[in-house]
Amino acid sequence: MAIVSIPSLMRDLTNEKSQVEITGTTIRELLDNMESEFPGVKERLCHQDDGIERISPYIGVYIDGVLIERGMRSPIGPNSEVHFLPAMGGGC
Amino acid sequence: MKSGNGYKVIGSRPIRHDGVDKVTGRAKYGADLNFPDMLYGKVLRSPHAHAKIISLDVSQALEYPGVKDIITGSDLPIVEERIAEFGEIPENMRFLSDNVLASEKVFYKGQPIAVVAATDIHTAEEAVDLIEVEYEILASVTTVEEAIAPDAVVLHQSLTTNTLGEKTDIPTNIASHFRHENGDLSLGFSQAETNGVVVERTFTTQTVHQGYIEPHTATAKYNPDGELTIWTSTQGAFAVRDQVAEILRHSASKIKVVPLEIGGGFGGKIRVYVIPLAALLSIRTGLPVKITMSREEVFEGTGPAPATLIRVKIGATKDGRITAAEADLFYEAGAYPGSAVGAGANCMFTAYKIPNLRIDGFDVVVNKPRSSAYRAPGAPNGSFAAECVIDEICQKLEIDPLEFRLFNGAKEGDRRPTGPIHGKIGYIETVSAAQTHEHYQSEIDILKRQGRGIASGYWGNGAGRSSVNLTVNGDGTIMLLEGSTDIGGSRASIAMQAAEVLGIASEDVRPAVVDTNTIGETGVTGGSRTTHATGLVAIRAAEDVIAQMKGQMADHWEVNQVEFADGAFSSSNKSCDFKEAAKICAPVVGSVTESTGGAGGGFGTHIVDVEVDEETGKVEILRYTAVQDVGTAIHPSYVEGQMQGGVVQGIGWALSEEYVFGENGDMKNSSFLDYRMPTCYDTPMIDTVLVEVPNPGHPFGVRGVGEVPLVPPLAAIANAVSRAIGVRMTDLPMNPGVVLKALDKI
Repeated sequence: MAIVSIPSLMRDLTNEKSQVEITGTTIRELLDNMESEFPGVKERLCHQDDGIERISPYIGVYIDGVLIERGMRSPIGPNSEVHFLPAMGGGC
Repeated sequence: MKSGNGYKVIGSRPIRHDGVDKVTGRAKYGADLNFPDMLYGKVLRSPHAHAKIISLDVSQALEYPGVKDIITGSDLPIVEERIAEFGEIPENMRFLSDNVLASEKVFYKGQPIAVVAATDIHTAEEAVDLIEVEYEILASVTTVEEAIAPDAVVLHQSLTTNTLGEKTDIPTNIASHFRHENGDLSLGFSQAETNGVVVERTFTTQTVHQGYIEPHTATAKYNPDGELTIWTSTQGAFAVRDQVAEILRHSASKIKVVPLEIGGGFGGKIRVYVIPLAALLSIRTGLPVKITMSREEVFEGTGPAPATLIRVKIGATKDGRITAAEADLFYEAGAYPGSAVGAGANCMFTAYKIPNLRIDGFDVVVNKPRSSAYRAPGAPNGSFAAECVIDEICQKLEIDPLEFRLFNGAKEGDRRPTGPIHGKIGYIETVSAAQTHEHYQSEIDILKRQGRGIASGYWGNGAGRSSVNLTVNGDGTIMLLEGSTDIGGSRASIAMQAAEVLGIASEDVRPAVVDTNTIGETGVTGGSRTTHATGLVAIRAAEDVIAQMKGQMADHWEVNQVEFADGAFSSSNKSCDFKEAAKICAPVVGSVTESTGGAGGGFGTHIVDVEVDEETGKVEILRYTAVQDVGTAIHPSYVEGQMQGGVVQGIGWALSEEYVFGENGDMKNSSFLDYRMPTCYDTPMIDTVLVEVPNPGHPFGVRGVGEVPLVPPLAAIANAVSRAIGVRMTDLPMNPGVVLKALDKI
């Protein structure tokens, strides 16, 4: 199972747990499973874009230390570590 | 012939492909474009920082001879509130549209209200003065402190605080709030308090502009068949196309954006300003329309970097181990939400191993121009605060600042303070290189009020979607088409990567930045992503070309297998070089569009010596050395240029640049005469040290290099000044008045 680090401002949804173990082979599966266990998570991390549920553009998702580029379809390994952090932007 | 790094082309310094056009003045920039019957647009801008538009009468201006059309906010389609990603900072479409042309309210001095199209620019300017606007002037807030006060004037009644997806019901100027929290903060600080030192300081930085030489400009030409062509100066032609399509509700497939040469951007030429206005005026009049901003308009009407208020507290044990750090970051978003506070928080402590951490970030709207990306957006501000506190800890503990960084510095496999684990990075290598550099070994004269400052910095770098099209000509040369606009020599660095794969000289690849109808989707030139991402796609396209040519050569030689190595095709008994093969195979086309990953973060460590004139308060930069992990330098001259350019901008942030606002939120120094950017007279030769720790996410080890060098200078210079005068400097810019005040001279 992947280890998911929970942002502190979302820990009200995870009984104050800072890390949870969740199954899922993609970010979408992981979020679906998190939502089942901790209702409200997706509302905080996702948004609707033309009717499609996507990761909020204000959130950066790191899998095993690498910022993902493929959104919901990004693959997750069985022992991956996943972080949801405020997104970064760039300038030049 | 291969160079010392094992490559033939990578690491060499060929003359840039666009060099002749640039030095002879033949290169075409946006303002150079002219058409017969072209109209000229001029924007009427708000004279007030915060006001309701009670009435707007354009009738007199419309009757002025030579005026062909006038548009106001009511002429723009109503745009729904939705978040879209065009560049690097997400855009709320409603806010974007309102920033292009205000509807009911204006939120900063300089916000567009109406646009005149006339047969010449002078007529347009005169007609602007005939537009009658009645305002209800509102109280304005121009600082974070004012904006977050309990009784503050609220800019947007619909704005409530977004706390990681959760919204309150109370209108406020705090658009968003996030928190990073790891470890046990109280335990970490108690360890430092009982056995070390804790330093806490509050820092401020001011609004600063990218200062690109070329102002924003756009020329639009609408055809009756619905095709709209836009020539402009931009960091992302596709981002322009999509923004215009959204704002004007015009099909993206009927918009062609032609990126002309760009005279600097630094993040400020991603969001659109006058482009949709020129486009709408051309659609309505059926004539080509050009709008070019004045410098005053650039300062007042585009997106500078935000002013910030940052509190930092760090604890360390006597032996110099960081035990805890916390920070509160307040970034001015300007008139609409969306400052780079997230990046500031992500970057400020990334160079260090910090077991216990809290960072709270706040995005705050104020009555100033909407802030925008500016070279490592958000990172210089946060790192300024963090690196100054670290320097003070080093002073209090009497530890060499580079030794402190070696002791606490992050390596591959260490956990970043915000959570994720570092991949292959080269931070420690930059500190070691700085430590052994002759500059650091040299003496300074403390009796002359000289001081030496050290600071490190980090930027995450980006990847993303790019497209490249390669065509092999019969003479063995290559036409390389790309969608990445060339800001810092990327045409050369991308061509060099293709040349390396093909085994030919860089000069045999002719790169061209082309329009949105000619190349596949390509992300903006931003986030230090272009040499990495577009270069990687160029490598893929070159590999595709080689694969095709191997097949064709197998048919030509009537053999089953052909190999390619060291620039030559070969079978069991035949061989030829790339150029000979091209005669047989051409034309061969390789075309790749790919969303890349694997961008490696970059670190820099800077050394600066300053001398402070006690009588005048002037700070002189005596010597500057920038050390940076650049992965693999494709074209070292352009890497060095990026580093030097970043440092010069950092010197401006540190010593002289700021928007000066009057009581009513009006900018008082909107010209290059009064907005004081450093010139060659203010900067010494900036020495560069390229540390190469290859990025495993790129075949040649490329890391982005353009943004890192703006992160350390603010703190490095502040630390140098602080050590020179014995007073800890916390507010930028450290202009003569600020320095004299610190010295109790005024």
